[in-house]
Amino acid sequence: MRMMMALTACGFILYGTARGELDIIWNKAVHICLECIGLG
Amino acid sequence: MNGRHWIKRKLLQFIAFGCSNPHLSNFPGGKLYEGKWKQFCNPGLNCYSCPAARFACPIGAMQAVSGSMDFKFSFYAAGMLLAFGVILGRAVCGWLCPFGLFQELIHKIPSPKRGLKKGFLWIKYVVLAVFVLLLPVVATNYMGMGKPAFCQYICPAGTLEGGLFLLGTHPELRQTLGSLFGLKAGILIGVILGSVIIYRFFCRVLCPLGAIYGLMNKVSMYHLEVDPKRCVSCQACHKACRMEVDPVKTPDSMECIRCGDCVEACPKNAIYVGFRRKAGVCLPDTEER
Repeated sequence: MRMMMALTACGFILYGTARGELDIIWNKAVHICLECIGLG
Repeated sequence: MNGRHWIKRKLLQFIAFGCSNPHLSNFPGGKLYEGKWKQFCNPGLNCYSCPAARFACPIGAMQAVSGSMDFKFSFYAAGMLLAFGVILGRAVCGWLCPFGLFQELIHKIPSPKRGLKKGFLWIKYVVLAVFVLLLPVVATNYMGMGKPAFCQYICPAGTLEGGLFLLGTHPELRQTLGSLFGLKAGILIGVILGSVIIYRFFCRVLCPLGAIYGLMNKVSMYHLEVDPKRCVSCQACHKACRMEVDPVKTPDSMECIRCGDCVEACPKNAIYVGFRRKAGVCLPDTEER
């Protein structure tokens, strides 16, 4: 079970990275998130 | 509570806090770190709009991707949460989460202390399902983009770590203050007061990250075991547990943050928390306390 979950996690990370999710996260994270700080 | 254990745990928590938020020099200017590390997820709850933050908040990352035009689910964020969870479970909460450390510190403020009714523990799963997973996907604008609903309406870490400091250094942002900030400030005040009275109030009631990691406590490599041959059912572990878990009855409780207070409290050395060992194997003989 643990091994399956660990492999699934690796697969998810690789797939998400390959399809460009890191760029979306980086772009969101390096700009002030107005929603996060309560400005909508 | 064992003093050495407390010091060791606090030291590790502060180190984790420092690793999550090393860019302290950004505070005076209200800048954000813009380097490559920002694309990777922090294991604990730490707003990426905190000027000192090095990594991305995993809950924020999940919502950012699922609210984007291109994707409706973040495999990367889910994979990171699965990886952290399967290795550590809710030990992330107990040892690595910056906001967890904050709550533990303010709980030290002298006040009447209360427990928490068990029914409240389920609220965080509703928060996870509705605000983190559902709303960013279904509540979209005309371009198909959703907002990070948990960050926007609930998260007190963002208000504390990002909002207060950035509003102080960016006068142009202060002009846009409105009712949403009032709501978030109210939630932050409520969480602070709640944490003073109830140990780790936010972690137990509202935190979607705690909800996710708690679900994985049953399978995580870092786990808790009770040796039935040594346990005398004295309940010392239950009394020592500030998350109100009975480690003997529910060693894999979704509320257990693996802090180790029960290990220190056990007079028979019957509890083990760590990576190794199998259930039912006797713990090595050590001098009983």
